[in-house]
This record gives sequence, structure tokens and C-alpha cells, in this order.
Amino acid sequence: MSDLPIAVAMSGGVDSSVVAGLLRREGHPVVGLTMQLWNQRRLPEFAPPGGVTGRCCSLDDVYDARFVAGVLGIPYYLVNFEERFEEQVVKPFVQDYLAGRTPIPCTLCNNFIKFDQFLEMADGVGAGKIATGHYARITVNAETGRYEMRTSVDSNKDQTYFLFGLTQPQLARTLFPLGGMIKTEVRELARDLGLPVAEKNDSQEICFVPNGDYAGFIDAYFREQGVSATGTEGEIVDTSGRVLGHHAGAHHFTVGQRRGLRVAAGEPLYVIATEPATQRVTVGRNADLMRQSLTARDVNWLSVEPIRESRRAEVKIRNKHTAAAATLLPGAGNSRVQIEFHQPQRAVTPGQAAVFYDGDLVLGGGWIE
Amino acid sequence: MLYFDHNATTPVAPEVADAMDVALRQVFGNPSSTHRAGQHARQSVENARRSIASFLRVTPAEVVFTSGGTESNNLAIFGLMRNLPGDRKHAVTTVIEHPAALEPFRQLEREGVDVTYLGADAAGLVNVKELERHLRPETVMVSVMHANNETGAIQPIAEIAALVHRLRGAGQSIYFHSDGVQAVGKIEAPAQPGPDLYSASAHKVYAPKGTGILAVRKGVPLHGIQLGGRHERERRAGTENVPGIMGLARALELCATDDPHHVASLRDRFETQVLSALDEVDLNGSPANRLANTSNLLFRGVSGEALLIALDVQGMAVSTGAACSSGAVEPSHVLLAMGRTREEAKSSVRFSFGRYNSEQEVDQVAGAVIASVRRLRATRKAPAREAQLV
Repeated sequence: MSDLPIAVAMSGGVDSSVVAGLLRREGHPVVGLTMQLWNQRRLPEFAPPGGVTGRCCSLDDVYDARFVAGVLGIPYYLVNFEERFEEQVVKPFVQDYLAGRTPIPCTLCNNFIKFDQFLEMADGVGAGKIATGHYARITVNAETGRYEMRTSVDSNKDQTYFLFGLTQPQLARTLFPLGGMIKTEVRELARDLGLPVAEKNDSQEICFVPNGDYAGFIDAYFREQGVSATGTEGEIVDTSGRVLGHHAGAHHFTVGQRRGLRVAAGEPLYVIATEPATQRVTVGRNADLMRQSLTARDVNWLSVEPIRESRRAEVKIRNKHTAAAATLLPGAGNSRVQIEFHQPQRAVTPGQAAVFYDGDLVLGGGWIE
Repeated sequence: MLYFDHNATTPVAPEVADAMDVALRQVFGNPSSTHRAGQHARQSVENARRSIASFLRVTPAEVVFTSGGTESNNLAIFGLMRNLPGDRKHAVTTVIEHPAALEPFRQLEREGVDVTYLGADAAGLVNVKELERHLRPETVMVSVMHANNETGAIQPIAEIAALVHRLRGAGQSIYFHSDGVQAVGKIEAPAQPGPDLYSASAHKVYAPKGTGILAVRKGVPLHGIQLGGRHERERRAGTENVPGIMGLARALELCATDDPHHVASLRDRFETQVLSALDEVDLNGSPANRLANTSNLLFRGVSGEALLIALDVQGMAVSTGAACSSGAVEPSHVLLAMGRTREEAKSSVRFSFGRYNSEQEVDQVAGAVIASVRRLRATRKAPAREAQLV
């Protein structure tokens, strides 16, 4: 490998710290960079009591990343991507929710920040490649020379669902050193490397909504922007259109949700659909949530050429979903794919991604309409 | 490493380290103690005080030692404002001050003081006429920095001092503070009658961190803001930092013998090379009325953050605007106040030269800047893919 430095995206967590430590141990010149994405003190009424710690971009995490870099003896910089993050990730997140979709900000962040602006920063400082702590593998097809993405060895930690939007030029310059390891090995390595973050908890939620209350975040964000959140009240109806109750904003609901409906019925009710135009939330039985097919738009073919005829694949419709057997059919233009599941799937949710697999190979993915 | 960030901090001069070595090994007594070890320390502190007072053109009794520039500004602002009588107190400062002055004023606002923040022109200068228009009968304090840390712009503090002295002569209880942290050692100390309160810091003048000065002119009604012993004529409780004070005195003696043309010629050499080799580079601030060591340049189409990192990877230390609490770079509030856009502010980098820089070093950094800016401009892509995935 060349002697150009590798830029490691360091969050202050155990995974990215191990990446930096591993590359260093292998003798590569390494530059550590932390992306400042969101000011956690920005929405004070939304911040958890006791302050924000142990979350993305918190002072504690930056402190940890800097300390790890010091332990490893590598140059380290904090780079401010806050404005870009707000434009490319936070605003689309809010708009999606208000449009009745359930967005995945991590994918937008990967597409527009981590494998775009960060790569540009790496270019600027003369780094040849970037490395992150994602659980995914990149391989090269010996016949075609095409870069391929494969699921990580640790299936519990696999993050390929969030990485389907990457392109060949991005894959060519990216290293995922943890893709072949399981988490316990990573922690073991962290101890072995003497990293002070070896026992740190994994982050779980979306980084800028550390408590998982997305609707609360959206409300707080609107208050900060001086935009009134009124006019979002609406009706809760059943599948026949009968009004069962009222709610304070359709963005508080996502498809498949059971809690918080506060309407009485003889059997468990679930959100079937939300309509942003009318602010109407439709509820129904579990069976009403089952779908046989979906259309994915803005499809990105990652490891293979765009399909011209139907092919079998396994499709994941949310991160924790078990990939289900399906047939992919080319849609109008290259960017749409029709997906026919072999068995009906529960809670197909607009705004989430449909990611196509062939075994451990990530074929590509798109956004559920 | 080549160092071009002297407005952030300076290396300790060898002569200062020698003086402090003596202090650390031989002058351990508490200056407040009665015994001879204490007397020895007291004499060392007072000798230093005399030397420093002479450098700052004040009397020894007017020199108060602190822990640094931030404490000096806090002491000046809180120690004066909270001690002055009156229900409707008004103060005037500027938006280009260092946070060490801005934040105390914001706190005073929360305590009910009315504060006016003056802007700056495109050259980074405060307008005295505008300042005069904002003075009121209940204005009790004016605080304007001597030289700006980011642009090096030297403010018209002699005129402001004259204005305040005139008002005080007419019976108004009004005092002038100037944050001299960036000016001390680089330009002459204010001639008297100058500011009533003047802040300075040791680590900007080739002495270590942890020592500062607040010069308090006789008759200024300043009270200490921390409680404790009766040190520094009851203006600053706490045992004196004896080695720090002795080092600072030595450091200012050295500044007095600096050749003022040295950094000026380095800075001009740097700017000539960079500006002749690169297009789309603008000077932030005015070429006149600025510190001879400071060059703040706007490289259009380049991320200042990326340029800083690229230079650091090559072993050259420079600076972009101010850092936020985590250490990430934010667009400089000073450049924004001068009318720069956020984009322009984020494309700006500050080079501040110092005593130990050489022409050869300047040629190296100029060459690295030219090459890095060309590379950054070449690798800069068109704006990211449209947000088509949304």
C-alpha cells in the first residue's frame, strides 16, 4: 500500500478507535478526524436532563477521540461539518417525517457527509484512503474489477443496510477494517491496543436524537426555527374511514406503530398509513399491515450492473428486518425497481430503504415509495 | 515544526526559561510570609513589578498580577461594573472583542446592565465618532481592545482614552478598559493618559501560560472579584505566581529590545509571495493599522479548515477563526462583523509571525500555502449530488 496517510473518521467510540489503532499497528501513516455534525446543546428543552454525554459530537466523545489519537500518537483534527449536516441530513429528516415518511438519516449522512464531504477533506489533506468503523466488507470482483460490498462477519452489527448508496469511486477509496470481525474481537483488540475506550457503550439511536424521540425533536426544531407547529392536528380513522379519535400531529406516528394511539378498540390496533396532506392517521389490525410488494425509487446498484430482467434476491425493508426472499423487476428507467415478496411482509414503511442482497453480497438498494 | 501562530501563543524565550529556572529552584517562599524566605520572594515580585510597570508606562502600584488575559478582562469588567453605584448602568464595547471580554458583558446584561456592542468597518476598525454617539450620561464603562487577535487591526484607543478622560473631567463617572493582550510586546504600550484599565497576558510575549496583568490606574474604583487574602492591594486575592511573574518581567525586557522591522519584513515577504502566485486571495482587514506580525488571508474556494490541516500535516502551524467548546472551527465572529460572509469567513486563515521565524521558514510556508491552495482548489468538486435520495 502507498505511503499516503489514511484518514480515519474517529467518533470517540470503540469501533473507530480500533480502526485507527489497527492501521497504525500495521504501519500506515494515519490522520484522525472527527466530524462535528450537530451541536447537542442547540435545542436545550430537548436535551436530556443532566446534559449530553456519550453521544455523537458530545464534548465527551470529542475528548475521547482526541485522547485516543494522543495514545496512538497520530495527528488529530476536529472538522466542522455542522452546516452541511443540517442541510443534507437534518432538514430532509424533518421534511420526510412531515411528508408521512419514516426517514433514515444515517444513510443520508453516509451518502452526503461521511463518504462525500469527509472524502473531500481527506483529499485536501493529501490522504489516499479513508477508513471508518462500519461493519461491512469491500471486496473486488476478480473478473470485472468492480468493487463489491458484502455483509459483515458479525451479522448482529452489520451496517450494509445504511451503506447501499455508495458509489464505485467511493468504495475504491474506503477501508472497513472491522468488516471481518465480531464485536467481542473488536473490544478485545481495543484492550490489546491499550485504548481507553475499550469498555464504552455502543451508540444505538440516531446521533442527533439521542433519546429516540423523533417527533419531540421535530417539534423542538420547529420551535427553534420560529415555525409554529400548529395545524398538524388530525383524525385517527379505521380502514373504513370511521373516526376513532384525534392526534397532535401525524409526524408522531410511523407505520406499524402500536403505542400512543390512545383509541379504544376490541383488538390491538396499529398504524397502517399516515397522510400528510390531511394529517389523517389510519389504523387497523396487524393483518392490514401485510404487503406483498413495493416499489423502490432512486435505486443505486452497488456491486452489480443495473438489472435488465427480473432476478431473485433477498430484500431488507428496515435495519432489523430479516432479509426476505423476493423477485426484483426492473421498473421505469433504471432508478425504479418493483419488488414482489414471496411471502407477505409486515409494515412496509415509506421513507425506509429496501436493500437487495444475494447471500452476503449487497446488490444495491432504493427508497420505499 | 514551523510555527506561525504567535497570536495564539508563543514559545518560551530561552532567557525567560533561564530566569524562571532560577525562580523555581531558588525563590520558593510565599511573598506574604514574614520570614526571610518570604522576603526574598516579595523582593523578586516587586522587582518584576517595577520592570513591568515601566514597560507598560504605569506605576508599580498600578500593576495587578492575575492568572492570564481572561482573568484580567473579567477582573476589569466585573471588578469595575459591580462596584460602581447606580441602577441604570450602561457600558459600551465592540462585537470584535475576544470572548474573554464579550462573555463578561453578556453576563452583566443578564444582571441588568445595558450594554451597547459597536460594530467594525471592513478594515476591522471601530469608529470613534460612532462610539461617541452611543455614550450617555449613565455610561460608566467603555471597553475596546487595543489590537484584534484575528486581523491584527489596531484600534484608536488613544482617541477613545482622550474622549473618556474629557467626560470624566466634566464630572461623569466613566472608565475606559482596553484588552491589550495582543498588543503588548508587539506595539508600544499606550501613552498616558491612556486606558484606565489595561489587560495583558504572559504567554503572548514568549513567557509561559498562567500569568497575566491588569494595569489599574490610580483612582479607578475597582474591587477584587474573588474572595481570599489581601493580595495585590485587595484587588486580586491569591498567592502570587512568583516564577510566572519573574518570567514575564524578563520576557517584556526582551520585547523592549526586539527589532520591530523583523516580523514586518517576514509578513510582507510572505504576503508578496502568496498574493503574486495565487488568484482570488484577499487580505482580511486593512494593510495599514494592523500588527506587523499578522496576516489574515481569505482563500476563495478553499476550506480554511482543510488548508490548516494540510499545512499541519506538512509540519506548519497556522490558525483559522475561533474554536467552539469542542474545538471545532466556527466562522470568525470578527470577520463576520467586518462584512465577510460565512463562506468567506470559513475560507480564511490567519498567519501570525514571531521573533524566531526566519526568512527561510517564511519561504517554506509560502510555498506550502501556494501548493496546498492549488491542490485544494483542484480537488474541490462541484457541489454534492443533489439531494435526490430524499
